[in-house]
Amino acid sequence: MSQAFLGIATCVLIFSSLLCLDRIGRGPTAPDRAIAIDTLGTIMIGFCCIMALWPTPTDSPSASPFMDYYMTVAIAWAVISFIGSLALAKYLEGRCYDA
Amino acid sequence: MLETIALWLFGIGLAFDVLGCIGLVRLPDVYNRAQAATKCVTLGTTMLLVATALFGVGGNWALFVKSLLCAVFLLATAPVGAHAICRSAYVSGVKLADVSVEDAFVQRARVIRQEHRQRADEIEKNMEEVEKSEEAEIERT
Repeated sequence: MSQAFLGIATCVLIFSSLLCLDRIGRGPTAPDRAIAIDTLGTIMIGFCCIMALWPTPTDSPSASPFMDYYMTVAIAWAVISFIGSLALAKYLEGRCYDA
Repeated sequence: MLETIALWLFGIGLAFDVLGCIGLVRLPDVYNRAQAATKCVTLGTTMLLVATALFGVGGNWALFVKSLLCAVFLLATAPVGAHAICRSAYVSGVKLADVSVEDAFVQRARVIRQEHRQRADEIEKNMEEVEKSEEAEIERT
């Protein structure tokens, strides 16, 4: 995969995560922020894909040009993001006694 | 051939990601934002993962297997998490946007809120009993 394409992809994903950060900072209610954080976690998995496809230096001992261990990071990130959003949902639902 | 398909998938996935995030910023209330962000970004990131898997075919099977595993897991869990957040938003009293025409969840949400309140009352009653018994024990000693 060409490095220029990966660079453009990185820029696009950085733009998306800036939009998410805007919603996290501005969101009028707590669930807005929770949704934006969840989305940001999903975009991070996209970043992991780009990192995995980034060409390694030619003198590296690895046979394959791709770094598959970044996908392990992506799997772990997906699991933790899921658990985090469920915990946030439980916490927000508990706040209905106050209203 | 496989690389061309993977490049197209990668591009389409990126487009989905960006459009989902624009929806997250521009739509009027939590529920609209959640449906834009969740559906678009989940599908887009799944496409990125499938493209990564296609790059692993032949040379790097670990990349292939891990990417597909991550894609399946993401497709199964991301909508569940967003659904839980939306439901809790409704139950905790976040209003719909003014332009909404129909609200089908009112009755069910009322029942859920009642259950919550009953459970909270029970817990409070139990706590009072515990406090009373502790006070009685203190007096006895």
